[in-house]
Formats: sequence, C-alpha cells, structure tokens
Amino acid sequence: MSTQTIAKPQAQQPGKGKRRISLPVLLLIIAGVLVLTSVVRLITGADGITSTGQMSTALRLAVPIGLAGLGGLWSERAGVVNIGLEGMMILGTWFGAWAGYQWGPWTGIVFGIIGGALGAVLHAIATVTFNVNHIVSGVAINILALGTARYLSKFTFENAEGGSSKQSPPIDSLGTFDIPGLSSWLDTLNQKHWFLISDIGGLLGGLVTDLSPLTVIAVALVPGSWWILWRTAFGLRLRSCGENPVAAESLGVNVYKYKYLAVIISGGFAGLGGAFLSIVASNVYLDGQTAGRGYIGLAAMIFGNWMPGGLALGAGLFGYTDSLNLRGGTTNVHALILLLAILLVFGAAYLVWKKRYVPAVITAVISALMFFWYADTNEVPRQLVTAAPYIVTLLVLSFSAQRLRMPKADGMPYRRGQGK
Amino acid sequence: MKKFDKERLLLALAGPVIALVAAIALTSVVLLASGRNPFEPYALMLEQASFSDVQVLIVNQASMYYIAALAVALGFRMNLFNIGVDGQYRLGAMMAAAVGANVSLPSFLQIPLLLLVAMLTGAFWAGIAGVLKVTRGVSEVVATIMLNAIATSLIGWLMLSDNLGVQVGNNNTTGVIKESGWFPGIDLGADVGEIYGLVFLAVLLGILYWAVLNRTRFGFDLRATGESESAAAASGVDAKRMVLISMLISGGVAGMSGLPLLLGEVHTYSLSFPAGLGFTAIGIALLGRNNPGGIAFAALLWAFLDKASPALDYATPVAYEKEIATIMQGLIVFAVVISYEAVRQWGLRRQQRQVGAELAAAAADNNTTQKEVAAR
Repeated sequence: MSTQTIAKPQAQQPGKGKRRISLPVLLLIIAGVLVLTSVVRLITGADGITSTGQMSTALRLAVPIGLAGLGGLWSERAGVVNIGLEGMMILGTWFGAWAGYQWGPWTGIVFGIIGGALGAVLHAIATVTFNVNHIVSGVAINILALGTARYLSKFTFENAEGGSSKQSPPIDSLGTFDIPGLSSWLDTLNQKHWFLISDIGGLLGGLVTDLSPLTVIAVALVPGSWWILWRTAFGLRLRSCGENPVAAESLGVNVYKYKYLAVIISGGFAGLGGAFLSIVASNVYLDGQTAGRGYIGLAAMIFGNWMPGGLALGAGLFGYTDSLNLRGGTTNVHALILLLAILLVFGAAYLVWKKRYVPAVITAVISALMFFWYADTNEVPRQLVTAAPYIVTLLVLSFSAQRLRMPKADGMPYRRGQGK
Repeated sequence: MKKFDKERLLLALAGPVIALVAAIALTSVVLLASGRNPFEPYALMLEQASFSDVQVLIVNQASMYYIAALAVALGFRMNLFNIGVDGQYRLGAMMAAAVGANVSLPSFLQIPLLLLVAMLTGAFWAGIAGVLKVTRGVSEVVATIMLNAIATSLIGWLMLSDNLGVQVGNNNTTGVIKESGWFPGIDLGADVGEIYGLVFLAVLLGILYWAVLNRTRFGFDLRATGESESAAAASGVDAKRMVLISMLISGGVAGMSGLPLLLGEVHTYSLSFPAGLGFTAIGIALLGRNNPGGIAFAALLWAFLDKASPALDYATPVAYEKEIATIMQGLIVFAVVISYEAVRQWGLRRQQRQVGAELAAAAADNNTTQKEVAAR
C-alpha cells in the first residue's frame, strides 16, 4: 500500500511531461510530413495524392465521421460511453431523408438532429436514470434504431414516388459553393505540380472548393465544441461530471441534468452526421447507409484523446485514406507505401537516438520490406485500398495510444448522493 | 430462512418476466401506432414455430448464435469488449473452407483439422487486438472494430482467383469442401430438414464454458480480473497475460461459430455467407447475462424471432412488416437490462431494509438489558 502511494506520482510525472506536444513542435511535424509527401509525389508522379479533388472528397468523407466523433466527445466528457452513436446516426439518416424529401433539405437536417436526439434520450434514460451498463444500452440502441428505420421505411418510402422499402425518394440538394477567385487560383496552383507549393495549394483548395453549407457548419462545430466545453462555466460543469461526479455534486452541480444534456447533444451530433449522409453525401436514404461510421467516429474520438482538435485530425486522416478508395486508389496507395517507408526510416533513426536498439532494428526491417514492396510492384491490390483507413487508424493508434487519457469517470455508474 | 429464499427466487424470476412483458407491450404500442393489429403478429409467429421445418431452422440458427455469443460473453466476463467476433467468425469460416477445399484427409482427421483451422484463425485475428492492447495499450474496442473492416478486405483479397478463390458464376467462393469434411446432420425427413451435427459442438462449448469459468483456477482468475483488475493483480494474477489469453480463447471460439453452417449445409464460403452474426451475438450475450444457460435461451429466442418473422410478410389476409421482429429484439435487450438493474437495486434496498430492521431489533433488545447503551 505504502509503495503504491509513493510510486504513483513518480509514475505519472514522465507521462505528463510527454503528453503535451507543444504547438511549434506539432507545426514542425505537420510541415515535415507535407514536405515528405511532396517529395514522394515528385518521385512517384502520383499527383493525385495531394490534388484539390482528392482533398475535397476527403473533407466530404470526414464530415460524418467527425460529427459522430463530436457526439462521442460530448457524451464521454460527461462520463457516458456512447456506443449507440451508430444507431443514432441511422435515425438521423432516416429522419433527415423523411423530412427532407417532403419539406426541403434544411427541415431534413433539423429532423435528422431530432431523430438522433430521440435515440439519445433513450440512452440517457437507461444509463443515467437506471444506471444500466453504457455499452449494453448502446448496443440495444443500435439494434433498435436499425429495426425502426427499416420498419418506418416500409410505411413511408415504399408508398412514396421514387422510393422503395430500402430507399427514400430523392431529396433536393443544399447546393455547393466555391470561394470566388480563391478556389480557382488554388486549383491552378495545384495543377502546376510544383514542389510543396502545389501540395499546399491542393490541401487548401480542397478546403474551399465544392463546399456544402452543412460542411461549413460541421467544421465550425469543432472549435465551437471546444469553446463551449473548455471556455464556459457550462462546459466546465459538464466535464466535471465526467471526471468526478461526486465532487461535482458536492459543488452543487446537478449531475443528472448535465449528463442528460450531454447525451442528448451527443445524439444530436450523431443525427446531424446521419442527415449529412442522406442529404449531402448522397441525396437519398439507403438501408445500411451509415456502414459503421458511428463506430469509426468513436475510434476517431479515442484517437484524438477525447479532444475536439484531435478527433478532427483523426476524422481527417480517415476521410483522406477513405477518399483514396474513390479516386485512383491503387496507384496512390502505392505511392503512400513509399511515404510510409520513409517515415519508418525516420522512426528508426529516432529510436537509435533514444538508444532503443531492438525496436529500431525491427522498424528498419519493416521499412526495408516496404521499400522492397514499393520497388517490386506497380500497384497495390484494390482490397488494400479499401482497408487502408482502418489499417492506418490501427497503426497510428498503436504508436500513440499510451499518451491517451480518457475522462476519469467515463462509463462509471453514478447515483445521486453516492458520495455521502 | 426458507421464506427468504422463496422471495429471492421470485426476484430472480421477476427480471426476465417483467422484461418480456414490457417488450411485448411496447412492441404492441408500436404496432398500434402504425395502425396495425397489436396482437396478431405474435399469433402468426407462434404458429410458425409449431412447424417442424421452422423448428429445425431455429435450432440450426441458434447453434451459431450460441457459439458466437459464448465468445462475446467470455470477453465480457473479463471486462473485455470483443466487437470483433464478426470478423473472427468470417475469417475463421473462410480459412476453414479454403483448407477443406484443398486438403483431402479421411473424415476423422479432416473434420478436426477444419475445426482447428477455424479456431486458430479466429484466435490469431483476435490475438492482434490482444497484443496491441497489452503491448501498446490500444483499446480493444477500437482495435476489433478496425480488424472487422480489415477482415472484410482481407477476405475479398484471399478469395480472388489468383489467391485461394474459385470463381463460380458471378460469385467468388473458396471452392467446395471435400466430402470427408462434411459433418453429418440429423436427418428428419425431406420436408422437415436436417439438424446440423455441429449443434452438439455448441452444447459442448457451453458446458466447457461453464466448467472452465466456474471450476478452474483460470476461470476464477478471469472472473476476478473482470471484477477488479487491481484486486486480481494484488492476489498475483498477471492481468496482461489474462487479457491476451482470454482474447485468444474468445477469438478461437468466435472462429468456430460459422462451422455448423459451413460443414453442415453450404460446404463452401462465398460472398453470400451471412455477415453480422458477431453483432447479433453481442445482444444475445447481454440478454443471456453471460451465463451459458441464459445465452442458450437468448439464442433460441433470437433465432425464433429471426426465423418466424419472414412469414409475416406473406401472411393472409393482412401482411405485417417482418422488421417488427428486429424492433422487438432491440426492445427486449433494452427491457431486460433495465428490468434486471431495477430488480437488482430493489433487491439491494430490500436487503438493506431487512438488515436494518434486524439491527434495530437487536438494538431494541440491547436497550432493555443495557440502559447505558441507550443513553449514549
């Protein structure tokens, strides 16, 4: 017992010092990766890896994942694990499409949010009021939402013109817009294929080209969430419920209220993500449209260390690798193998510098194998492109998971007055 | 004392009964809200269950659900959430089919070989998540979700005709397993069907699950780690080792869950092999409260809802939407967990009251004999 109390602060100290990567270092890493990517692009001639179109697609694919991740963030910051995000997204796709094809896309979005929030109310009742295991409740919501969406489709879409039991009638588009001047200028810059400049042009161009208004809103919600959760009294109280509900209660915070609010907001985000899928990403509701994006969003949030910026990065990375699937994937992923191999060389060098020789040798060997693979083939199998986002997530997580810290009381049962 | 036991039995029964009643009532509300007869679908489904060919379908389906749910439950007992059962199941079945199609041994070697291949494949796939968790601290929830998706791609790649696949029409398959690898079933006549022989594998695994968890040191360690990792560590359990081992076992069991269908009926793995079994199994394990008997009941109930509901679409004179069964499945899981929790808390409070009353009675006794205690 005594050794534990002494050992604990010591054990925490190095972890704490390591966790924060300062802003300059982070910017340096990003710049380094950009330069490397540019070098790889010039070597391989795979101009697609940083083209405007690629980035624009990546953004569109990242948005629903990011929204699901934000949903997870809100609820887990208040201490409720939300594995029901997938189900809430399904409700969002259905409600969004149902209202969308009748009363226009904006109404659809509102209904999508409401649909997700309805699922969340159920989750909140089960987990907060009845203290049911959070994962159990989430799984039940996923089953229930799937059944509900299919059941309701049979009543509504099957009889509607242009719809069937698995598909809704088409929904009017929200429209897209470019930023006049800037978009075309960045695109021409990207077309020049200059070293580094064209890559940055492509990256920025993708962020301002072919935008849907909902994309802009979704992107704005990331800093918005951060501001509310970390810069307002409301956010502080909400996060205190996820870290130590008993202490929060002793300071007069109504923990039940905050947990309910957090979970409902979480469902709203997931529902918005679902509505994005059915209204913006395609223009109909389809059975099985979410395709596990709720789970991926959860993974992006964990990847992002329960922080909005981190989860946006995770969603972006996922969206990017996923977009390779749609645009010339086999050659682009082939080029990225070279990038990965070069990154691994740097990793090995870092490990040698840290005097950790065994991992360094292993990293070097893997890197060599990748170089060999790159040199030996011209394309990668199509299936590897499909799996790329998942493999990348797994790889990145296995390098970074030890720096992660989840809210302290996340997933724990709490009853009012339990601390007395 | 005896009266106390009876009440506890009542409490134990109250959970599932309340849950079922609530789930049925809620489903009826859904039916009513959609302008349907709120009771007829149950009658139609029960009628289906009385046909012996549907019964065979139910038992066969339940055997697969059962094995997969055991895999999930094993993780749950250890506080591990193996969402990856689905990937482990598909990969295990696929590899078993591929080996079975290319290796020809006498039956008594072929079948154990295929079982072993499926088990090792599943264990390997789950083991990746296990290794990542113990060495790199990656949450097994995320890792297994990713591995599910990767398994889909891996299977797609392995089934290309350049690799292990055989093209049959438009469908990529692994080729048909050599006949020595077919597991004989119990034939109940042409119009009834055949019960998979590997239903007995499910039963055997259920008994093994119970015995290992409740009658071995390993099972004790596993449950202890699941209850409190720090307490288990204090009593000398190596938590990391336990995580890895239970992940491997869970994956091994999951890998075998497709075999009743594979060796008993289809004899080939194709892209139309049912997916999503692993996710259903999570609900079943929860419903059965990770208890082998409970899971068996849950698997049968689930299979019943699955196999009796398609007839609703063709019912005369009024057809019903078969999706109502999925809604019911979700509602059942919900109702079960909420009612269990409510009953448990009610039982706890009752126990507290009882103990309180006994203490008060004892204190009252003391008061009459020892005045100075009361004076304090």
